[in-house]
Amino acid sequence: MRYIFVIFSLVFLTFSAGLAQVDTLGADSTLLNIAPPAPISNLTVYDKANDHGHALILEWKPSPDDAAGKNTVMMYEIYRSESPDGPFENIGSVPSGNSRYDNIGILEKEARDYIPDNTDLYYRVDAVTINPEIRTSSEIFGPVRSYSNWFHRGRVPVLFAVLIFGGLMMYFVSVARKGAELYVRPLAGIAAVDDAIGRATEMGRPILYILGLGTADMISTIASFTILSRVAKQVAEYQTQLIVPCYDPIVMTVAQEVVKSSYLDAGHPDAYNDDMVFYITTNQFAYVAAVNGIMMRELPATNVYMGKFYAESLILAETGAVAGSIQIAGTDEVGQLPFFIVACDYTLIGEELYAASAYLGREPLMLGSLKAQDYAKAAVIILSILGIIAANFGWTAFTNIFKVLD
Amino acid sequence: MEFGTFLWTTLGAMLTLAIFSFLYKDNPFYKFAEHLVVGVSAGYWAVILWHNGLVPNLFERLQDGDWYLLWLNSSRPWYLIPALLGVLMWTRFSKKYAWISRWPIAMYIGIATGVAIPLEMANRVNKQLYATMSNIHWSNFFGSGFLDTAAGYSEVIVFIGTIAGLIYFFFSKAHTGTFGVIAKVGIYILMIGFGASFGLTVMARISLFIQRIQFMHEDWALVAFDKTNPNYSGWFPAFFWLVALIVIGYIIKEFIIYLKNKDKPKPEKA
Repeated sequence: MRYIFVIFSLVFLTFSAGLAQVDTLGADSTLLNIAPPAPISNLTVYDKANDHGHALILEWKPSPDDAAGKNTVMMYEIYRSESPDGPFENIGSVPSGNSRYDNIGILEKEARDYIPDNTDLYYRVDAVTINPEIRTSSEIFGPVRSYSNWFHRGRVPVLFAVLIFGGLMMYFVSVARKGAELYVRPLAGIAAVDDAIGRATEMGRPILYILGLGTADMISTIASFTILSRVAKQVAEYQTQLIVPCYDPIVMTVAQEVVKSSYLDAGHPDAYNDDMVFYITTNQFAYVAAVNGIMMRELPATNVYMGKFYAESLILAETGAVAGSIQIAGTDEVGQLPFFIVACDYTLIGEELYAASAYLGREPLMLGSLKAQDYAKAAVIILSILGIIAANFGWTAFTNIFKVLD
Repeated sequence: MEFGTFLWTTLGAMLTLAIFSFLYKDNPFYKFAEHLVVGVSAGYWAVILWHNGLVPNLFERLQDGDWYLLWLNSSRPWYLIPALLGVLMWTRFSKKYAWISRWPIAMYIGIATGVAIPLEMANRVNKQLYATMSNIHWSNFFGSGFLDTAAGYSEVIVFIGTIAGLIYFFFSKAHTGTFGVIAKVGIYILMIGFGASFGLTVMARISLFIQRIQFMHEDWALVAFDKTNPNYSGWFPAFFWLVALIVIGYIIKEFIIYLKNKDKPKPEKA
């Protein structure tokens, strides 16, 4: 059976090699006798649209000997020069069958892949056979320049979305500032924050506030700062102890400022101590080990987890549950929400985290933004329904309005 | 395995046991492992920050300047601006000038928020909206195979789930009547998704636990008694039994404490 398989394999290989016109057995003699392939044609090079520059796109019509004719083209090599007379430098290659090459450079001048902007460049594409010596060069294309764009036209829908949302927000903020009563439905998790602070005060135990593993530039961390501000203010009024262990040094610095101003607003600046907000380490599980230790030693009455969380969410929440603390969590990290839901008393799901600050503060700015978000969601629902109808009737002109390019 | 390597494996096994001991309660072994990992990771992070952050992003970019001219003659002197902002953070150590550190923080948060708004809008609104506007393959409902029909249903479920989920997140309207029913459908769909995600992650965590047990068994316990090891000596089992004795000793100590306190009232938890 094995011999039959080997024979069949050999027959197959022989036929394949014959079809490809590549004699692998007598390589040396045949490789020297390959006829040069026909060159590629219609080479065009143009600047890559909607980018920061340093990038050009090459397109061409493949050689007639690419998968047809003499069928000898193995790949295309791309050459670039700053002068039509050369020297040309090989900058990359694509296998046969391709008719496009994206010449994406990098910004560092010292790097080999650097492409200067606003500089005349000349390109050439070689059709290369299995013998790299046997090749045919195309005509030189140039001069062509790369340049950066001020606007990314593929992101116009984002611009409109931001403008519409911004307009809605400004309108509702002004309405709220004029004293209009804006209804917000109650959220159990938010109402629990006030109760939990009161509980901690009655028990004489601290409140542990975890800002998560996010950096200070993440939306969820910024939302968490707002909630921390409100919690710290109430903690200052009740003279309860607050513990804020941080994962990121910048987050710690911002959190210190937030807590300090909350204590100032509450009229107890002297009660603030920099040691309330402290840095542990920027290593996920080392941070978790330390926070778990704090939970078991300090036995906080309330644990608040707000921000960006990853694999540590369940470990933290389970330890808090073992310590008997009331736990309130909120994150926009969808993968971690299930763990908070099972291990915490209250969980703010996704956008509820962003809404929490509006609930707690009741400030016109926050309430107005909440109302604007609802109108934006209503618009998304209506557009989704219209879009799915359009898509099913083949009206792609409508759906393409919302397409965003990278 | 050489004895030196086995010592490190023993340390790894001890630290694994120390961390697992937290499942029982907070104890000196856990505290030791906790402080060790926090200290080592903080030190390691500082070195990483230096080599991967400051050196390539600042020092290498200013290296063609002269230090006595404060690198102002460098070809890229604008990198001194973030460097200066970083230095301003050090004013936090002075009570008098600590307010200056708010400038770099304000700049950092301001830039980050400005960058985040269009990105979040594009990724969480525009792209999701466009993806929802997909063509439902109605023919799949009448397909011969189970998978074809399921694919047809999944497109409809995704659409209904998206709309219902969005309605759940309406904050300025009470969830009552038809609106409330749709919102309830939304939260049910979210919970089904969370359940699936929970199961998947727990499976991954169990595989991590199995991997740790395999390390304890195959890389440590079996090696301690592996006489086919050319470097084997009496020290191998001696270190194994040393760890085992520590564990057994701790269990006995805790049992004695339990016997002494079993009739005393337990302290109330928070």
